[in-house]
Amino acid sequence: MSNAAAVKAPAGMGNTTAKPKLSSYKKKKIARNMFISVVRFILLFGLCFLIIQPILNKISISFMTEEDLYDPVVINIPGHFTTENYELSYTIMSYKEAFKNSMIISFTIAVIQVLVCTFVGYGFARYEFPFKKFWFGAVLLMIIVPPQVISTSLYLHFRFFDILGIIRLIKGSAINMNGSVLPYYMMSAGCMGLKNGLYIYLIRQFFRNIPKDIEEAAYVDGCGTLRTFFTIMLPDARPILTSCFLFAFVWQWTDGFYSTMFLGTTKLVSTSLSRIVDSLSSFIMRELGIQSSISVAYSNCILSTGTLMIILPLIILYLFAQRGFVESLSQTGIKM
Amino acid sequence: MKKNLNGKMSGLEKRRAVTGYLFISPFILGFLLFMVKPLFQSLYMSFCNVEVGSGNFKLVLAKNFVNYNKAFRVDPDFSRMLIEGFLRMIVYSLAIMVFSFFVALILNQDFHGRALVRAIFFLPVILSSGVILGLESNNSIISMVQADIADELNGVSVTAALESILRTAGVGTRAYEQVFELIDNIYDIALASGIQIIVFLSGLQTIPESMYEAASIEGCTSWESLWKVTFPMVSSIFLVNWVYTIVDFCMRTDNEVMEKITDNLILLDYGYASAMAWSYFVLTMVFLAISAFIISRRVYYYE
Repeated sequence: MSNAAAVKAPAGMGNTTAKPKLSSYKKKKIARNMFISVVRFILLFGLCFLIIQPILNKISISFMTEEDLYDPVVINIPGHFTTENYELSYTIMSYKEAFKNSMIISFTIAVIQVLVCTFVGYGFARYEFPFKKFWFGAVLLMIIVPPQVISTSLYLHFRFFDILGIIRLIKGSAINMNGSVLPYYMMSAGCMGLKNGLYIYLIRQFFRNIPKDIEEAAYVDGCGTLRTFFTIMLPDARPILTSCFLFAFVWQWTDGFYSTMFLGTTKLVSTSLSRIVDSLSSFIMRELGIQSSISVAYSNCILSTGTLMIILPLIILYLFAQRGFVESLSQTGIKM
Repeated sequence: MKKNLNGKMSGLEKRRAVTGYLFISPFILGFLLFMVKPLFQSLYMSFCNVEVGSGNFKLVLAKNFVNYNKAFRVDPDFSRMLIEGFLRMIVYSLAIMVFSFFVALILNQDFHGRALVRAIFFLPVILSSGVILGLESNNSIISMVQADIADELNGVSVTAALESILRTAGVGTRAYEQVFELIDNIYDIALASGIQIIVFLSGLQTIPESMYEAASIEGCTSWESLWKVTFPMVSSIFLVNWVYTIVDFCMRTDNEVMEKITDNLILLDYGYASAMAWSYFVLTMVFLAISAFIISRRVYYYE
């Protein structure tokens, strides 16, 4: 502190020769602000570097050949630049197919979830009805209960799916719905997808902050409930809906839990990434016909490449939506 | 329900109540079908032996809480994992709270490049979710490279140096072990605190500027106004964040206990998996309830 003040003081004096003399209080204040911003810069730079470094590291590793990985001289810049790793990961993840599937599923799921959660959030924010507190408590319960607790039962529920015994009457046995995408769509339509409680909470919080007068004015002018909702409330809520959509899309994209449980047979980027090391060894066995163990370093190199290939679409998405995303979330005014 | 309240509600109110119910009806349906039923079923299942046959499954109520017995008295790993995971959760949640509050305080200030820094800090929300998080933690090449770098610097790590100084100074090891572990794992903490930072930021932005002005006129230094103005004003946010952090930690895919539960699910040992899931869930809930109660006693509501 005193150091920075000492350094800063002569510069301040130099400026003051022409202008009226700065009071010592002001000089102190300027010096203090300088000091604070320097410290802040160092701190933030370090923390940002901490967050970004693994990504940079992965990028540099993904372009290395196997021998570079063992070369003690090579740390960040690949000695033999290669795109082989990308080609290999592309094949063993069946990237094209997985990408397409993931894109379709994440997009549709996110749309359904956000749509339903908007309705529910709006209902909670704007209407008074009996047992409202109870139902909102249910939303909170949904946020709190980890999906793993109910996963066993859900699994069996969809393994032997039946609606009040009707299907059994017709077909003689219950349907096995595991492995198809339908159960998950049904859960999403019922707000029971991944972290849907959080979206309801955020959207409700947003709608609560919109003044009631707007709605009343619309009502007086003869605007019906649905029309008010679609033409007045929804356009206002665009930022928060975008954020929720982003969350839903991204979390669905990288989700491993629901994907392995309900969408086991569908090829998705998330599940193929988590299996990438196993697929690598089986791929090499198939190609070379010999059982060879893959070195840890090389499998990790492939893993890094695969991770990069999966998060690349997300990073692009984030770059475009980042500003609105951060601002809208920090303006919802979350309260208990 | 409508009939019961007929006498009390006016026509408009009644209509609005019905509309409200229509709006939240998808949630009610989903909640009853995919939450309440599975919740009770899995609780019941945890006391049962589940026999999966072709076309149906049977729940046979087992004696002596077989699954719980297996979890706590037979299985050599589960109790240890549960306790370790639980302690880890407490330490990390505290660290995440402190870290995210601190970062939110900084990000709330005005400086050049704030948008960029904010964007970087929220990157983890997107990048460290789902499967990537689990892979990240056992990606050994990164740690290998880091170890290489550390070797090159002749093992000069700030924490290691401080640790050896403290050890020679005769301070008990246990006093600072946890702290150093946290510092070494600051990356994990930074990754896990994306949402919490956003929530704190939103809270900080609701504090009116006039309050700080009034405080400074009364002779408050910034340090004092942090404790006397900022803290009470965001105390309710602390509660929200605390609950979110703990729940989030519970559901992380790299959580040892959760991994074990999922493994048993794949082995078709449904009863045992539910028993483990329920004991973990109940333990966390009890802790959450107690801590939330203590925090909520200290929360200050401005309005």
